[in-house]
Amino acid sequence: MIKDITIGQYFPGKSVIHRLDPRMKLLLTTLYIVMLFVADGFLGLAAGFIFLLFAFFISRIPLTLMIKSIKPIIPIMIFTGILNILFIDTGTVLFEWWAVKITTGGLKTSAFMIIRIICLICGTSLLTYTTSPIMLTDAIERVLSPLKKIKLPVHELAMMMTIALRFIPTLIEETDKIMSAQKARGADFETGSLINRAKALVPVLIPLFVSAFRRAEELALAMECRCYHGGEGRTRMKQLSLGVNDYAALGITVAFLVLVIVVNIFTVI
Amino acid sequence: MSVIKTENISYIYSDGTPFRKVAVDNVNIEINEGELVGVIGHTGSGKSTLIQHFNGLLKPSEGKVFIDSEELWADKSRLKAIRCKVGLVFQYPEYQLFEETVYKDIAFGPKNMGLDDAEIDKRIRDTARLVGISEEMLGKSPFELSGGQKRRVAIAGVMAMEPKVLILDEPTAGLDPKGRNQILSLIKEYHEEKGNTVLLVSHSMEDVAKVATKILVMNSGRLFCYDTPDEVFRRAKELEEIGLAVPQITRVFNRLKAEGISVPDNVYTVDRAEEVLLSMLKQGGEADD
Repeated sequence: MIKDITIGQYFPGKSVIHRLDPRMKLLLTTLYIVMLFVADGFLGLAAGFIFLLFAFFISRIPLTLMIKSIKPIIPIMIFTGILNILFIDTGTVLFEWWAVKITTGGLKTSAFMIIRIICLICGTSLLTYTTSPIMLTDAIERVLSPLKKIKLPVHELAMMMTIALRFIPTLIEETDKIMSAQKARGADFETGSLINRAKALVPVLIPLFVSAFRRAEELALAMECRCYHGGEGRTRMKQLSLGVNDYAALGITVAFLVLVIVVNIFTVI
Repeated sequence: MSVIKTENISYIYSDGTPFRKVAVDNVNIEINEGELVGVIGHTGSGKSTLIQHFNGLLKPSEGKVFIDSEELWADKSRLKAIRCKVGLVFQYPEYQLFEETVYKDIAFGPKNMGLDDAEIDKRIRDTARLVGISEEMLGKSPFELSGGQKRRVAIAGVMAMEPKVLILDEPTAGLDPKGRNQILSLIKEYHEEKGNTVLLVSHSMEDVAKVATKILVMNSGRLFCYDTPDEVFRRAKELEEIGLAVPQITRVFNRLKAEGISVPDNVYTVDRAEEVLLSMLKQGGEADD
């Protein structure tokens, strides 16, 4: 149940997408998001969607994983869809009753929004599926490094992010374990009123916090024992470098972005 | 009468992803009431996964589990009752302590069973005595105790539910020899006093040899054997092949036998070895042939 959360869940592989420089992947994902927001018609969105399918296909991520990543945002999608249907009253009226008015414009916009959300989530999930969290924070650190000039502790922020990401699976596992242990003692998390269920979480949360603090202390001690003293003068084991693949991927993405802009201009005319 | 029975159970982790792993592979087993079973296997041999099937924490990917001839997962609403019948103490159980006082923490399980206060109080005092927790300790915060004490409190928390079957997953892990012996002897005492079925998971043959009446050996997800200690330790060669060693003292005796000295081959604790050697010395000469 709790293990189904896919945030930051890396799906190991050796595809071209997996091997791209993480900085480039960050940039490409940004461009892709821009692409989705620049598109103001179904045609532009279709271009973005094709780009996604293309990237998804060469990454060899199983379709079930992608569907799994959409699942948690279904409520948001339904909410946006309904809001758009109800509050946009352009186009021809299809149905009217009391204050509810459904129009072709509303339906169109809500379909457009839902597709856009799906594309957004799938695209960004593709980034986290194909990039290990360590690589990702590494890339973020490198991308943000110019901000060191204005005294922003970039390295420390990246280290905090790495540690946080690194401990998500550990904490999830721990939660699972503690829940199992309390279930074995007859705790019940699935039935009862909302208040009772919230109360039932106390025997899980307290041990979880205690162990999180214990882990933090142990980790800090271990880091200090290995002479960790911040980012100054630190070298890396894996140097990031941009290769032919990266530039090719950038080229293709920019081409798609241009395509979307061109499509926009033509549909306006 | 078997209290735990499994029919061809298998359990697969993360099916359909590259992390797919068969943790339990087609296991058939019948455990009779009143046994003290030592469950042995390498790290990752599936022993921890297997025992979580016995109280319905894990649902087998295939196969069926019966507790007291009742099929698990046939009726989900019965799971809670089953979990009270089959008490499971996890690895490092001290990490599950959460209450303000030791007393309240031990009360957590019995309270969930819906017992009345007088009965709960009686059970707490009973188990506290059994595991060696003093009256004064009952009022303390569990977080103030030492590692070994915490462990005993956590075990008491499950024992107080008076389960028909008590399963302990590596109860001696991370303890010093003194703490290990304390835990082992309290398990033995509990078994003798209550006559309940106890499953003791461990990777230490020495620990298991000290207390078990039956031994269950797991090897890479499969059931390797389930038999009396005599029968299991007789297969010393096979056990070594799967990376498990028979107790040191048994190895010594096996060597003695290989050297042509006639010694019994059911020696797997130091106490028993002492007994055997002393009687041989008294009779004299027997060891010479």
